[in-house]
Amino acid sequence: MAITTSPTTMRNSPLQKRGPFVARVEKIAGQKLLACYQCGKCSAGCPMAAHMDVLPNQIIRLAQLGMQERLMASSAIWTCVSCLTCNSRCPKGIRIAEIIEALRGMAIGLRRRDDHLDIRDISLETRGVLPPIALISAMRKQTS
Amino acid sequence: MAGESKPMKLMYYPGCTLKNHARNFDVSTVSSMAELDVEVEEMARWNCCGTVHALASDDIMHRVAPVTNLLRVKEANASEFMTSCAMCYNTLKRANIDVRKRASALESINKFMYLDKIKYEGDVDVLHLLEYLRDRIGFDKLAAKVKKPLAGLRVACYYGCLLVRPKEVAFDDAENPTVMENLVVALGGTPVPFAQKTECCGAYHTVGNPEIIADRTDKIMGSAHEEQADLVVVSCPLCAFNLDFRQADAKRLNPEFHHLPVLYFTQLMALAFGCDESALRFDLHHIDPLPVLAARGLMGPA
Ligand code: SF4
Ligand code: SF4
Ligand code: SF4
Ligand code: SF4
Repeated sequence: MAITTSPTTMRNSPLQKRGPFVARVEKIAGQKLLACYQCGKCSAGCPMAAHMDVLPNQIIRLAQLGMQERLMASSAIWTCVSCLTCNSRCPKGIRIAEIIEALRGMAIGLRRRDDHLDIRDISLETRGVLPPIALISAMRKQTS
Repeated sequence: MAGESKPMKLMYYPGCTLKNHARNFDVSTVSSMAELDVEVEEMARWNCCGTVHALASDDIMHRVAPVTNLLRVKEANASEFMTSCAMCYNTLKRANIDVRKRASALESINKFMYLDKIKYEGDVDVLHLLEYLRDRIGFDKLAAKVKKPLAGLRVACYYGCLLVRPKEVAFDDAENPTVMENLVVALGGTPVPFAQKTECCGAYHTVGNPEIIADRTDKIMGSAHEEQADLVVVSCPLCAFNLDFRQADAKRLNPEFHHLPVLYFTQLMALAFGCDESALRFDLHHIDPLPVLAARGLMGPA
């Protein structure tokens, strides 16, 4: 939960790595990363911000800088629930949730980690209580 | 819109959760619509809507499930249908908007559904029940059907995300929607101001990170309690589960937490229209709504 390094201060990213990663995120998400001018409005309204290790505007900044490893290792890409509050408020019309979903897809697709959610970790009792709408959406968002 | 003698027919997509944990939402939808002279007709062979809208710009695979449902509506010679589940509504409507814009994606999906005789051509409209009540029935007409006004009942209307975002799907203001408040007024109740009404409840984190839901439930229900609400109404079975069943976790997190019942807006209608108690299914709730309703004289003592 605590932010150990402040991602916004990392200015000297290896630019050579930036190209293909940025292009890939932009293509999957259908968004232009450089349109973001870091106003922070997305993070200000994000209902999940308190539970994120990297805030939504910081995720966009890291993506602009091509910092793939840092993003793939962040828990925040899994904490975002696609509530779209950020999308509806961004003054630049950027669809932040689409960018974060692209990152989740890349994390699963790259096999850098296994599925974020393992249904075997959920007790049988809990599974019995949860409605289908909860289980299906969790599996859809957090597994390959 | 609805004729006095001959009931209107309306094609209905219940979704899987309304046939399981949220049967109270299903039966109250059907019963209250009957009081409005609308016969809801459950569509044949519906399948899961897919639950969440995949956000990748070139996604096709996850559109197949929602589009199959749209095709089933077309097969039944209907051009529109209604769902009361906010999540089904959002997913079905976004898939519809997407394939109407992306001809190549629609073509691939139609090819995939080659066993079906007809093709989907974007020619079915997705309606949410609240939208139907406001625009087709009208709240004046609806108010005339009230037999048991919800006098004195203080209601906090919770929209969550799916009715108001994204804007292509929204049928009300994104930051301050009022359609449910207007419904509550038509039913004779008192809507209360509710700062958290469009703040997400945490959705599917209820599966893997229930502590996030406990925190969200504490904030959302706490804000309703501050406004002295008797109860909170919702239109999404996932919001309902989180805000109702996760109250025990919220109480553990915050000992000051005050329990409040969570109802579907259709249950409020069924109550005000004087439907049979079997249309309410309060037995499916975690926090029993009977005591607050009894205190307002709306039900016999619990
Ligand atoms: S609101 Fe938009 S422009 Fe502002 S920081 Fe977030 S993504 Fe960037
Ligand atoms: S979509 Fe994700 S990042 Fe955006 S406000 Fe919601 S939870 Fe936060
Ligand atoms: S949203 Fe849910 S409840 Fe509605 S059909 Fe889809 S999976 Fe089922
Ligand atoms: S389940 Fe929660 S996350 Fe979803 S719409 Fe309902 S409020 Fe939002």
